[in-house]
Amino acid sequence: MSFDWGIILANWKFLLFQGLMGFGAFGGGTLRLAIPAIVLGFILGTIIGLCRLAHRPWIHYPAVVYVEFFRGVPLVMVIFWFWFLIPQITGQRLPEYTVALTAFVVFEAAYLGEIVRAGIQSVPRGQVEAATAGGLSYGHTMVHVVLPQAIRNMIPSLVTQFIVLFKDTSLASIIGMMDLTKAAQTVSQREIRPFEMYLFIAVVYWIFTYSMSRFSQWLEVKMTPERAPTRRAALREAAKAAAA
Amino acid sequence: MPLTGFLGIQYDFQWSVLWTAGHGQWLIQGILTTLRLSALGWVFANLLGILAGALRTVPFAPLRALATFYVEFFRNVPLLVWLFFWYFGIPQFLPRAIQDWLNLHGPEFWSAVVGLSVYHGARMSEVIRAGIQSIPKTLLEASVATGLSVGQAYRLIIIPIALRLIVPPATNESLNLLKNSSLALTIGVAELTFMSRQIETYTAKAFEALTAGTLIYLAMCLGIASVMGQVERYFRIPGLIARVGRAEH
Repeated sequence: MSFDWGIILANWKFLLFQGLMGFGAFGGGTLRLAIPAIVLGFILGTIIGLCRLAHRPWIHYPAVVYVEFFRGVPLVMVIFWFWFLIPQITGQRLPEYTVALTAFVVFEAAYLGEIVRAGIQSVPRGQVEAATAGGLSYGHTMVHVVLPQAIRNMIPSLVTQFIVLFKDTSLASIIGMMDLTKAAQTVSQREIRPFEMYLFIAVVYWIFTYSMSRFSQWLEVKMTPERAPTRRAALREAAKAAAA
Repeated sequence: MPLTGFLGIQYDFQWSVLWTAGHGQWLIQGILTTLRLSALGWVFANLLGILAGALRTVPFAPLRALATFYVEFFRNVPLLVWLFFWYFGIPQFLPRAIQDWLNLHGPEFWSAVVGLSVYHGARMSEVIRAGIQSIPKTLLEASVATGLSVGQAYRLIIIPIALRLIVPPATNESLNLLKNSSLALTIGVAELTFMSRQIETYTAKAFEALTAGTLIYLAMCLGIASVMGQVERYFRIPGLIARVGRAEH
């Protein structure tokens, strides 16, 4: 059993600049795919979540079908669909990056839509009634009462879903987009060092996802002060007690 | 049946490609492989999940750290990377005898089983942990106060309630495992997605082939979800609005 960690030193620029960030001749890039996919997916997801909450059946049911459909199909299948459909509809082959981005936005919007819906539904009805009774208009009720609470309830699940999306971007390598996984595959095939290569990118992926997950935990504590007093507040109390 | 005019698409539907020339056989084999892979992965993932969950509660710190490392590292890295790691990276380090056995029995399939089990085991352990944590400590205290021994309290009160709370998130996670088994096509396992792609390659009928694969996955997922929905309703704890914590990624 012998390892050659030198191949990471020899290839880290290609892996990180081309694979992770997408600067280079191949386009692609894990971050260059993940960030727009998160932003656009959240926008489409919010629209779908709001449609699911609508009372008109012709708005409500299409959103339900959309969510149930995409949650019942593997992402690989959706990527293949777009890989095949986009050239059929537009009449030309588009870059892998565009295909992957479209597939991710459409697929993840189904999951994000559910989170938005659950977040809005988590605000007790009494809050709306109280705000209305207090004389607030519908707009003010939404902006000052419902949405702040809804977003607070959503954030942990949203960050969790963003982590899922970040990990899912590795599937773009299946249609040949040069992301971190594809870059590692390329290097590993040339150097025949799969163990070192895949372990290395596993650590790179992990650094991103684990920091996002810690950030989400921190945010959760910070945004619910009444349930979990922050460490700093506890320290302040202790310092006050010590001074007195 | 040519379809023309809609968005300028020209496409000649030919649904018969799905059952002629032995393609129906391919699809059925694909379904069976997907189910076999998912079932094996599910069993091992649950065992690993329970083991990791249990180890995270033992008093011996190094074991706890090991279990935490396992859960946090394996669930936070894409499954695709793990599949490549297990399939391309690991077999070279195995003893000769195991390598020979693998080569006889399909190294792709067993690497996929290991990859799915280890990845989903880490996720499953989070589901189980969230389920157990959602039970208030006072419940155990109350059970003991009524005269049960701690063992009885766990066997009769805590574990039955935890299992009932875990049903919805565990179903969700099991469906994720089923859908994620489609990634095994990247290392050459002839499962359902692989087979629909193969039909597409042989017939150039992408629309039909992908529709078949998509509908079969939908049927499997919605079927399992509705059965488990019945189970969940049957086992629901009356009067309890409990949301087991998120353990989704």
